[in-house]
Amino acid sequence: MVLDGKTPSGPLHEKWDKRKQEMKLVSPANKRKYRIIVVGTGLAGASAAATLGELGYNVEAFCFQDTPRRGHSIAAQGGINAAKNYPSDGDSIERLFMDTIKGGDFRAREANVYRLASVSGNIIDQAVAQGVPFARDYAGYLDNRSFGGAQVSRTFYARGQTGQQLLLGAYGSLMRQIRAGSVRLHPRTEMLDLVTVNGEAKGITVRDLVTGEVSSYAADAVCLATGGYTNVFNLSTNAAGSNVTAAYRAYKKGALFANPCFTQIHPTCIPVTGEHQSKLTLMSESLRNDGRVWVPKNKDDKRKASDIPEPERDYFLERKYPAFGNLAPRDIASRAAKEVCDEGRGVGPGGRGVYLDFANAIDRLGEGTIRERYGNLFEMYEQITAENAYHQPMRIYPAPHYTMGGLWVDYNLESTIPGLFVLGEANFSDHGANRLGASALMQGLADGYFIISYTIANYLARTTPGAVTSDHAEFLKSREDVACFTGKLLAINGKRTVNDFHRELGRLMWENVGMARSEASLKSALSLIPRLRAEFWENVKVTGTGSELNQQLEKAGRVADFLEFGELMAADALHRNESCGGHFRVEYEMPDGEAKRDDENFCYVAAWEYKGADKAPELHKEPLAFENVKLAVRSYK
Amino acid sequence: MNLTLYVWRQKGPKDAGRLVRYEAKDITPDMSFLEMLDVVNEGLVRNSDDPIAFDHDCREGICGMCALVINGIPQGPQKKTTICQLHMRHFKNGDTIYVEPLRARAFPVIRDLVVDRGSLDRIIQSGGYISTHTGGVPDGNAILVPKNDADKAMDAAECIGCGACVAACPNGSAMLFTAAKVTQLATLPQGRTEAARRVCVMTEEMLSQGFGNCGNHYECQAACPKGIKVQFIAKLNREFIKAKLT
Ligand SMILES: Cc1cc2nc3c(=O)[nH]c(=O)nc-3n(C[C@H](O)[C@H](O)[C@H](O)COP(=O)(O)OP(=O)(O)OC[C@H]3O[C@@H](n4cnc5c(N)ncnc54)[C@H](O)[C@@H]3O)c2cc1C
Ligand code: SF4
Ligand code: FES
Repeated sequence: MVLDGKTPSGPLHEKWDKRKQEMKLVSPANKRKYRIIVVGTGLAGASAAATLGELGYNVEAFCFQDTPRRGHSIAAQGGINAAKNYPSDGDSIERLFMDTIKGGDFRAREANVYRLASVSGNIIDQAVAQGVPFARDYAGYLDNRSFGGAQVSRTFYARGQTGQQLLLGAYGSLMRQIRAGSVRLHPRTEMLDLVTVNGEAKGITVRDLVTGEVSSYAADAVCLATGGYTNVFNLSTNAAGSNVTAAYRAYKKGALFANPCFTQIHPTCIPVTGEHQSKLTLMSESLRNDGRVWVPKNKDDKRKASDIPEPERDYFLERKYPAFGNLAPRDIASRAAKEVCDEGRGVGPGGRGVYLDFANAIDRLGEGTIRERYGNLFEMYEQITAENAYHQPMRIYPAPHYTMGGLWVDYNLESTIPGLFVLGEANFSDHGANRLGASALMQGLADGYFIISYTIANYLARTTPGAVTSDHAEFLKSREDVACFTGKLLAINGKRTVNDFHRELGRLMWENVGMARSEASLKSALSLIPRLRAEFWENVKVTGTGSELNQQLEKAGRVADFLEFGELMAADALHRNESCGGHFRVEYEMPDGEAKRDDENFCYVAAWEYKGADKAPELHKEPLAFENVKLAVRSYK
Repeated sequence: MNLTLYVWRQKGPKDAGRLVRYEAKDITPDMSFLEMLDVVNEGLVRNSDDPIAFDHDCREGICGMCALVINGIPQGPQKKTTICQLHMRHFKNGDTIYVEPLRARAFPVIRDLVVDRGSLDRIIQSGGYISTHTGGVPDGNAILVPKNDADKAMDAAECIGCGACVAACPNGSAMLFTAAKVTQLATLPQGRTEAARRVCVMTEEMLSQGFGNCGNHYECQAACPKGIKVQFIAKLNREFIKAKLT
């Protein structure tokens, strides 16, 4: 298979305009004849569904929560990037483009990233028009803060709840279209299969999570905006329901999965406290604007933080990366924290933690300013740890957070299955091997508001609307497959709970396919995962029936997919004999401990094709050409 | 610590439902309330019993999904805290805890602690937005918003749509929820154009969805995990009168 990224020719800054010119349109009168399915109503899905509905298409929108306003995007705290250059500190589309390419360690497509940077400003305008209450200065202008991996202030924010406010903006637009009748909403409904007819995406099969009924919806095109797969690690900063199921089942139907091993570990999360733990809470990266990260210089120093004098503290990020200091990108900051803890210099119970200290900032700016900037985060920290971070440093540790990998898409956001488009965190497109802070919200909204409406029209214009209905044989078969899958899960009646399997898989993934990977750890994962999966299918216990609200059954289906997907992740990590961004292989390291990329052999997107159960997936490569940025060693020193 | 729970069990909307007693053993202070329920549920599954159904997702106090009633208090006893952020260190060994779903006419029970809050979405559908189109909007800084107004709009916008205010209200009113959205949008210059229509249609929709009217009991504010203030209801009333006068 030749992977064609379908990048337009011509100079970088003209590519998107050129593509918009080339693409076919659907006339206003014809739009209502087309039906589009949008799975997922987080930022990417809600913005897409609202925009497509407004244009006149018939949209069917699905989410597993009870309302779109609860999509995982709601939890994003810190902010959203845009190259507005309002502070006049030297920002530009070019700079955001360069920062994103470099932050992604040169593993993203130039043309996609440039387009993302160029529409970033429109997103802010759109959100303001919707009534998103971004932070303002006293003159009434939009305020900015800085984020990791950037030397300019380009991050727009709404206190510590930027994702919430952006999602509520998109949700408002979506609700308006629902009222107008152009979008039909299907909440508490989970997609369990993609239906293809003659190789093109023509619908989905879903389970109604309240009644358990399995049914199908036919459409002229399908958009997946189903988020990332970080919960393969079990403990992560993601919402409990986040999963890989929709994307994985599309993969099984022929969509290639790109760079599954590119996962991001976030440096500032509250450390694990015990076995019962169900999630890890992120403390926004924006805290690193004012907090200083340190550990004791000496091993096993058990003194209280306040008793450790300045000369005996190691501000390791400032020491190692003087130019960026505490704002070094996530992958670098995470690995540095792991390293000092491995040396026995970690703090807190279990020694897996480093301090994030606000004492200097409070001295300099006063407690009031810090409270205004981060009050809700300090409150959240206290609720969870019972510690007051105004008086003692926070304890933080890296945790799985975001997935750069995802379904492979071309420049038009179309997967290898014609008619299947993938948006937001669910695709692989713009962040390469590492995502910069505040860029996920930007990407999800760019895809949903400003890209999909053009590219999907280009596909639809070449199809006959309503060509397939849900009584087609492929739909029948899909419903049978789904019913059979849930039936199988319910029939096992073994001894271990679903959570028990998820915990074991999570541990295994964290230890072997986590922050530092080696050939040995990955091979061990590849032998352990199939064993655990086999045990799952013999020994998992799901009570109740399929024809009722059954949360264990929902989770069992998601864990079953993680148990297959984890193997794909490990295989991808094993094949990539280099370190880049969030993918760190201990064998490939510079003398100073930094990631050692291998551009000669690995400057490509690894896209995997499903070949059937118990068969090895096939690797396809999309070479990456860098025509506008020079491939260089990524340095933040 | 060990606790005794009385949990509302109800198979479906038509089932009568009842409180069932469970023992929660070996609970640690670091657990969240939901993690405590996870432990109870795993025990139930091991015994081939149906686990307790409850809604949750983010587990960090922002999605609004997990609202339920502890000892008669919607969103539990801890002020300004969602159930998922309530930690067990606020309970003592030997405590007895009653766990029930949000109760309101507009929130039918689906199963156990899970209720249908679609009626809140329908209030927003009626007009809880600014009718922008994608694209064709002015530059973000073309619309200046005084900092105080931006802050006030943000205070109101913090609502997570959990519905605790409704369950706390003797009339089952969604006035606090509605007022928060009305205030957010009416405080911003972008939202003024539609302010009069918005406040009328949203209040009307609230009543037609089966929510009661506001009787100034202020129980909503006490239950709200996000500190949404009853002053916003006063703002809604002012907007309403203004709309009716013009
Ligand atoms: C704690 C936290 C803080 C963050 N902070 C920031 C930040 O400050 N800035 C930033 O840029 N990024 C941030 N991120 C990342 C960012 O929030 C996400 O990457 C982004 O919101 C993903 O949006 P999405 O629309 O792609 O998917 P999601 O918001 O995850 O939405 C997925 C949707 O798909 C639906 N869905 C999934 N599977 C199915 C299925 N099988 N059937 C039906 N529906 C399904 C869900 O119901 C949901 O509606 C943060 C992430 C976390 C976890
Ligand atoms: S006003 Fe408060 S209690 Fe009511 S829905 Fe909003 S956050 Fe929940
Ligand atoms: S689970 Fe999201 S607010 Fe509690």
